[in-house]
Amino acid sequence: MSWAFLRNLLSGVNKYSTGIGRIWVAVVFMFRLLVYVAAAENIWKHEHDEFECNIKQPGCENVCFDHFFPVSHIRLWALQLIMVSTPSLLVVFHVAYRENREKHHNQKLYKNPGKIDGGLLCTYLISLILKTGLEIIFLVLFYKLYNGFKIPRLVKCDIKPCPNTVDCYISKPTEKMIFLYFLVATSCLCIVLNLSELSYLICKYSIKCYLKRHVKKQH
Amino acid sequence: MDWGTLQAVLGGVNKHSTSIGKIWLTVLFIFRIMILVVAAEKVWGDEQDDFVCNTLQPGCRNVCYDHFFPISHIRLWALQLIFVSTPALLVAMHVAYTRHEKKRRFRNGEKIDIEEIKNEKIHIRGPLWWTYTSSIFFRIVFEAVFMYVFYYMYDGYQMPRLVKCEAWPCPNTVDCFVSRPTEKTTFTIFMLAVSGICMMLNLAELSYLVIKICMKESRKTT
Repeated sequence: MSWAFLRNLLSGVNKYSTGIGRIWVAVVFMFRLLVYVAAAENIWKHEHDEFECNIKQPGCENVCFDHFFPVSHIRLWALQLIMVSTPSLLVVFHVAYRENREKHHNQKLYKNPGKIDGGLLCTYLISLILKTGLEIIFLVLFYKLYNGFKIPRLVKCDIKPCPNTVDCYISKPTEKMIFLYFLVATSCLCIVLNLSELSYLICKYSIKCYLKRHVKKQH
Repeated sequence: MDWGTLQAVLGGVNKHSTSIGKIWLTVLFIFRIMILVVAAEKVWGDEQDDFVCNTLQPGCRNVCYDHFFPISHIRLWALQLIFVSTPALLVAMHVAYTRHEKKRRFRNGEKIDIEEIKNEKIHIRGPLWWTYTSSIFFRIVFEAVFMYVFYYMYDGYQMPRLVKCEAWPCPNTVDCFVSRPTEKTTFTIFMLAVSGICMMLNLAELSYLVIKICMKESRKTT
């Protein structure tokens, strides 16, 4: 079980997406998943070992690390990637349900089970709203947990068993900050793509609906 | 999920590339991605563990390492490879869109052979020419930008053996020793050379496409 599962899931979703949806899948693959696996993971690999405090008191380093990093950036990043890709499953399930129904009734109920119309349009819109919501939630979580998107070189810690205030040094803060900004930028790009896709679909189908009614009135 | 997926995506683009484009892809895979994964990652694997400073002051090593290596070579190369490969996706998307349009026209009743659509070699003409040329242009720009970033960040392409650090909390000036400087310099120069070759290939491909279209236009007018 690895990221390959997510890759296969997203490839499956690609078939039933609009053009903007396909760009979103490409951005998630290339700029988020691939960057995570090929570059970011290794930066945070030894973060606990390399976290150093100016003290010999046993337990102080552990306690300070735990206080400043309740959930590591890299784990939050992984969770974000998984959560943000999951709403697309709704669309895959709905298409599978349609195909199953056709098989069950042994007749062609839909012109094309994979075409985005009717119920599938609602499912698609809901998945877009969920994706956007989850992206925003994670960005806010990152911001609140770490007081902005900065990673300091030095943190001052005074939790028991550390005697008084102790200087603790974070490893590779600049590199981590660069990748954190990269994460924020790609998240924002994905939010923009999702919102444009949402508006595009709403406009397209409102116009279609309006034209249908207009044509009906004329007849 | 790793470079294998990138390979699968770019392999698809290979069908619609020119010969120079195919050579570029081969160079990218064998001399850059493979070298990065198989060799370079191991050379930089222990970079912080083996970065040693002549001081017992806790925190000095961390701070000095962060000061001299704001972003590691290996990460910059990974980003460079990702950015340089991305424009090829534009071409893949354009080809997929063209095929999709043809299938749509087929479904709407136009007489097009479905087998022909699947196996058709898409020629680089018309809008696809513009997409392909822009993708090559962006590749060249990204390569140049990353080569400059390397030069600017590390003051040239050589890895020093010793760096002198006086960032707080290091007391006074402290000598810090980089691990495997010669091996790192060798790989840096190798990756730089291959980037240069890729840039040359891209420039050659761009000129080839431009000359070809100019000759075609001049033949049409005469």
